[in-house]
Amino acid sequence: MDHMISLFVRSIFVDNMIFAFFLGMCSYLAVSKNVKTALGLGVAVTFVLLVTVPVDYALQTYVLGPDAIVMGVDLTFLAFILFIAVIAGMVQLVEMIVERFSPSLYASLGIFLPLIAVNCAIMGASLFMQQRVTMEPTNAQFIGGFGDAIAYALGSGIGWLLAIVGLAAIREKMAYTDVPKPLQGLGITFITVGLMALAFMCFSGLNI
Amino acid sequence: MSKLFSDENKAAFTSPLNVNNPVAVQVLGICSALAVTSQLKPAIVMGLSVTVITAFSNVIISLLRKTIPNRIRIIVQLVVVAALVTIVSQLLKAYVYDVSVQLSVYVGLIITNCILMGRLEAFAMQNGPWPSFLDGIGNGLGYAAILIIVGFVRELFGFGTLFGYNVIPQFMYEAGYQNNGMMVMPAMSLIIVGCVIWAHRAYNKEEVK
Repeated sequence: MDHMISLFVRSIFVDNMIFAFFLGMCSYLAVSKNVKTALGLGVAVTFVLLVTVPVDYALQTYVLGPDAIVMGVDLTFLAFILFIAVIAGMVQLVEMIVERFSPSLYASLGIFLPLIAVNCAIMGASLFMQQRVTMEPTNAQFIGGFGDAIAYALGSGIGWLLAIVGLAAIREKMAYTDVPKPLQGLGITFITVGLMALAFMCFSGLNI
Repeated sequence: MSKLFSDENKAAFTSPLNVNNPVAVQVLGICSALAVTSQLKPAIVMGLSVTVITAFSNVIISLLRKTIPNRIRIIVQLVVVAALVTIVSQLLKAYVYDVSVQLSVYVGLIITNCILMGRLEAFAMQNGPWPSFLDGIGNGLGYAAILIIVGFVRELFGFGTLFGYNVIPQFMYEAGYQNNGMMVMPAMSLIIVGCVIWAHRAYNKEEVK
């Protein structure tokens, strides 16, 4: 239980998807123009993470890992194809749910909803999970069961949500500032994210 | 022969290198561009891997474009890309193991690199194999160019080395020069990419709206 909480907190602050690993940058930069849409995308990403990481964990443990199906057979090299298939399927499902229950959010997310499938944060979380399964159990990043996988997925999702809502809020304010012409839009957004990442680095010594 | 290098084909190859650069203008494939650039060598390996994968996935999808049903095209594209990435990842592990360890999950993340999906959707689904191949190579190299610029700046100022060799002479250190530890940190890559975009837009004022 302790390990789950520590994993959860670490993946929000220390191993933040955006600020420590730059995963999911494309949609992060493109959809962070206003807070409401950003929140919607953040929740969608968190939900998809919450489903795909445990499913991929099960795949990794019972199908792909060394000696999982047949003794002496290691199918780890198939991970990319299987993980991406799970993710694409899940995103399809989320898309249908969002369209059914919140058509306005569906319209404002537009193309970025199906693009969650190619959001690096989702695939990245599964690949990091695969890496962490093989770590020493004493390591703070170790994932050793479904509980850990869920805690990790939820933490990563919330970390991403926090980052995108924060950036959207800053960008809403920044509309009123005087930025040099060629730096406007993307350039300044990058520098803002860089400064936010510097701020988040103060968590890197956190020991839980 | 002249048809192979017509103006259109040339444009497919050259425009992504500068005016339509996938990273600086279209802002695609940022994730890996930021994470692997603390040194020059992994940046170059990553740039080349992406170039090869973009080129060949473009060719394959372009050959299949008339047979893929429209509704499931994303899945088909993802599977083609994932298969190519698996091959490249195994090759990297076999021949440049140390770099492949440094790149860690970012090799796998080429699958979700938006440049690939963007080119497949926007170009390979409408064009023949040869222009698609050139387009893939052009976009891959445009991406690699940005990676190399960022990797160069970060390694030079962060470690004082290039490709692992010392380039800042010893007397500079004795005179009080110090490596800038900030450059090694991930946050600085964001700021450097921001500055690259700034310079690129200031230089190409008319082309970029």
